[in-house]
Amino acid sequence: MRHLLSTKTISRDEAIVLLDIAEDMADVAGREVKKLPTLRGKTVVNLFFEDSTRTRISFEAAAKRLSADVINFSAKGSSVSKGESLKDTAQTLAAMGADGVVIRHHASGAPLVLAESGWIDAGIINAGDGTHEHPTQALLDAFTIRRRLHGAASRGRDLDGVTVTIVGDVLHSRVARSNLWLLTTLGAQVGFVAPPTLLPADTSAWPATFGFDLDAAIDAGPDVIMMLRIQAERMSASFFPNPREYARGWGLDDERFARLRADSIVMHPGPMNRGLEISSAAADSARSTVLEQVANGVSVRMAALYLLLSGDREDS
Amino acid sequence: MPKERADNVEYLIRGATLPDGTRSDILLAGGRVAELGSGLSRAGASPIDADGLVALPGLVDLHTHLREPGSEQSETVLTGSQAAARGGFTSVFAMANTSPVQDTAGVVEQVLALGEQAGYVTVQPIGAVTVGLAGRQLAELGAMAASRARVRVFSDDGSCVADPLIMRRALEYVKAFDGVIAQHAQDPRLTEKAQMNEGALSAELGLTGWPAVAEESIIARDVLLAEHVGSRLHVCHVSTAGSVDVIRWAKARGINVTAEVTPHHLLLTEELVVGYDARFKVNPPLRRREDVEALRAGLADGTIDIVATDHAPHPTEAKDCEWDAAANGMVGLESALSVVHASVVANGHLDWADVARVLSHTPARIGRLDGQGRRTEVGAPAELTLYDPSASRVFGTGDLSGKGVNSPYLAMTLPGRVQATFHQGYPTVLDGALLPAAEVAAARSEVGHG
Repeated sequence: MRHLLSTKTISRDEAIVLLDIAEDMADVAGREVKKLPTLRGKTVVNLFFEDSTRTRISFEAAAKRLSADVINFSAKGSSVSKGESLKDTAQTLAAMGADGVVIRHHASGAPLVLAESGWIDAGIINAGDGTHEHPTQALLDAFTIRRRLHGAASRGRDLDGVTVTIVGDVLHSRVARSNLWLLTTLGAQVGFVAPPTLLPADTSAWPATFGFDLDAAIDAGPDVIMMLRIQAERMSASFFPNPREYARGWGLDDERFARLRADSIVMHPGPMNRGLEISSAAADSARSTVLEQVANGVSVRMAALYLLLSGDREDS
Repeated sequence: MPKERADNVEYLIRGATLPDGTRSDILLAGGRVAELGSGLSRAGASPIDADGLVALPGLVDLHTHLREPGSEQSETVLTGSQAAARGGFTSVFAMANTSPVQDTAGVVEQVLALGEQAGYVTVQPIGAVTVGLAGRQLAELGAMAASRARVRVFSDDGSCVADPLIMRRALEYVKAFDGVIAQHAQDPRLTEKAQMNEGALSAELGLTGWPAVAEESIIARDVLLAEHVGSRLHVCHVSTAGSVDVIRWAKARGINVTAEVTPHHLLLTEELVVGYDARFKVNPPLRRREDVEALRAGLADGTIDIVATDHAPHPTEAKDCEWDAAANGMVGLESALSVVHASVVANGHLDWADVARVLSHTPARIGRLDGQGRRTEVGAPAELTLYDPSASRVFGTGDLSGKGVNSPYLAMTLPGRVQATFHQGYPTVLDGALLPAAEVAAARSEVGHG
């Protein structure tokens, strides 16, 4: 694997290999010394043009557990905020000898531009680009679902026949897009539920079902229900009348949570708006995987870094 | 009486094919088409072998961004004129979104003078509709019309005249001097932060959509306004199938509307956005295959009157970046004729007489530009383009003569080649190569103000 930019181009076999390596990495996390020498001498740069402490520290922990040197480059307070271009930043990092770049950017496609520009030769991991994709989030979600369903027998398994309902701001969600491609590649059936304003205008190219009615989706008894975060900036842009009406229509409140199939998994990529898209009872229940997702994120990111940076870099 | 140059003021073009398919020699003398026919001879005239070449009337671009004054790092009147000549153009209409904006007589006269100095093409300034393109207050339309630049086309291109009352007033006001409002049809609220055509692909790529309805709703409003006040409306860079339908309906109703399509909207589709290569970022955005087909059909049946380039040069750094940060626009003058050839001539939608109409006669008529867009007949001004339709080339930066290299066609194979361009009787391009600026400026000063 040269770069990890999108889940759309990952094959079923590639995905399973990565998830299986993540299982090995998770085993390391259970040891007394949580560290492997695999990436000793390699430099990983966390290049964050957008604030995301959670994702950054997850990648940082992953790289450090593999013994890589980690440089955190945040756009806030750096030359980027003074107008330095992506190109100049990339070339600077190349000159410093970065082997891997984990990039979070507000512009969709920025990681692909970086990977194909020739500005830098490093392996690129997309840590979330605009409203496009967030591949490691989808991988950690798939990993989490697989572990819940298959436990210790997860290795080698896909998600054939698993039903996943993703609820909320699909239009602006890179998590939704990456999960759509990865989960369907692994054999799952994805359904989206959202107010019509928060679905793309044309979803004909998405291999999924679409609905507006969360109650109907709950009553259908999905194996997984994944609640997406509602960003504050949507509240004032007439996507819905107000947060109260949103919560009434599309929030996983206590009543809906009580109606949910008893063994359905409740997921949320975090950070959560408790009381808006998810109630505390749902978020804190045993069926919730919110904290497992965080823990699994480190394992999955270790696997991604390992695949990109260990051994000789293959030519693209 | 223009003073004759000491050498080669006369050109005898042998064996050219006229747009109607007939073969003719063409003698250019005294800044005019002096003789047509076969077997012409003229002592002292420079011979040009045009066997197999199509002789088109000099091309006229109703929509060019020359960037001067204000953004000379992107293009100047001189370099933009050179790009135009290289593409077979003998006249360009210079859009008003310069800095300062072309919203006063002083600025349009400056641009006119820069064009005259360069001498490659007639540079006809367009005037802004509103002060500073801000959409709030009419610019001095009358002063620009009465100036030496004789402005007849007014446009806030780059921005839409979104306020319906300002649009109504502008349409009405320019009737006083037979002007036309060239509208950049884009509802600003429906296209906030828009990055590409809204549809299945924008949903996948996570780029904010620019919906077709944002163009179509403004065109629908404007044709009804033009009907109501009895004015002339021109629609810039029509890009959607729905827009073609609205304009077809308006024309059937007798509304005085004309419309243009760009070469890139006739050839390219939104699929090119997939790699986030900012060379393909343009406003209005590249659309679907169905839109391209509707635009071709609309051009063929006359619903769309002309092809105009929307030549929009940018410095390298404006495109060498992530998609959201990149500037909109493509250079188009040098490639326009080849792209029209590839997109509508090769497949039989247009013949060469149609090309002469959509790239010369009609744009000159819409812009009320004298001395341009005339048929090649005895006595017509010597504005001529010789095009080799049998040529084929991999388009590269060597084919560009302006400052901008933001062409979407680089590394694509395009048909045809402009072999020669004549403006006011003197060549600006010969054997496919641009003539040096000093030579062209000297030739121009010989013929005086044409």
